[in-house]
Amino acid sequence: MVNPQMVMYEEEFNQIQTVVDRLVKEANAKVVFIVDKNGQLIAASGEVDNIDTTSLASLTAGNIAATGGIAKLLRENEFATQFHEGERANIHIQLVGNRVILVVIFDAKSSLGLVRLRVRKASDELNRVFEALLSKVAEPGSDSPFAEITDEDIDNLFND
Amino acid sequence: MSFINYMAREINCKIVYYGPGLCGKTTNLQYIYERTNPEAKGKMISLATETERTLFFDFLPLALGEIRGFKTRFHLYTVPGQVFYDASRKLILKGVDGVIFVADSQMERLEANQESVDNLRINLAEQGYSLEKIPYVVQYNKRDLPNAMEVPELRELVNPMKVPDFEACARSGVGVFDTLKAVSKAVLTELKRGG
Repeated sequence: MVNPQMVMYEEEFNQIQTVVDRLVKEANAKVVFIVDKNGQLIAASGEVDNIDTTSLASLTAGNIAATGGIAKLLRENEFATQFHEGERANIHIQLVGNRVILVVIFDAKSSLGLVRLRVRKASDELNRVFEALLSKVAEPGSDSPFAEITDEDIDNLFND
Repeated sequence: MSFINYMAREINCKIVYYGPGLCGKTTNLQYIYERTNPEAKGKMISLATETERTLFFDFLPLALGEIRGFKTRFHLYTVPGQVFYDASRKLILKGVDGVIFVADSQMERLEANQESVDNLRINLAEQGYSLEKIPYVVQYNKRDLPNAMEVPELRELVNPMKVPDFEACARSGVGVFDTLKAVSKAVLTELKRGG
């Protein structure tokens, strides 16, 4: 496969979760979540119980992919930031390190200026964590938990 | 590209349904959605035009069960089949772990099928994948129609690589889960090999 396997370990997950938890507070946001560019949810914080984070993750990644496609046609590298303003909810989408997407949902209790400021700081922190994570995954000997599964394990999954 | 999360103890894989316009990709997903237990599925999302043609993609998250303590989750996507949506198709193939090609069995759609397989090969290559290496299965859909071609002939023309193939009628559900199981198994087998 061409792409390196995306893997999340406990140590990095905790670091990422700390960043998103803090971003919710500091930006006065309702929800903050992180998605990889393929639409897989990595971490979420805030009022997540009332929203469908799986669908949001997939749509956000689709949105970033489409915007990236437009950028390419315009010979731009990427449009790293997007902002959508609604009547009650606003959404700020930031591409971090061209690898993951940081999404902040907020209402009138916060402001675009504050969100942008806090997102900038959080992006730097996240970038460092993901870089460390990637180099860890690239290390030889980082084995897949799936290396030892048997054909029987796979068959069992499909026995209705 | 699958995503292994040690923290949540789950593994996520992406499967894409490819094929010419109106071959039944969305119908496959709708059938899976209708026939899956509520606890095993998420919401199905369809980004479609007013005439219900897929505009960007359909998305359906499925939980298959556990393997050695890891929850396996599959994200099913369809591409828009119409020729002029090629830019969108390329985007959806990013990070794909397995492909199902849905062929329309009708004689009149033979050329559209072949064009779509060629298009799949080209778009995968652009992402650095090859059809020979990626988990890949073929479904011959609309077997119930009177103008359906014979399977051996269709196989010769649409599936020259002779990958696992299945006869289907997505509207009534025949063959839908067999096809999905086949590609899911192939994806997990690839993971086992350390893909």
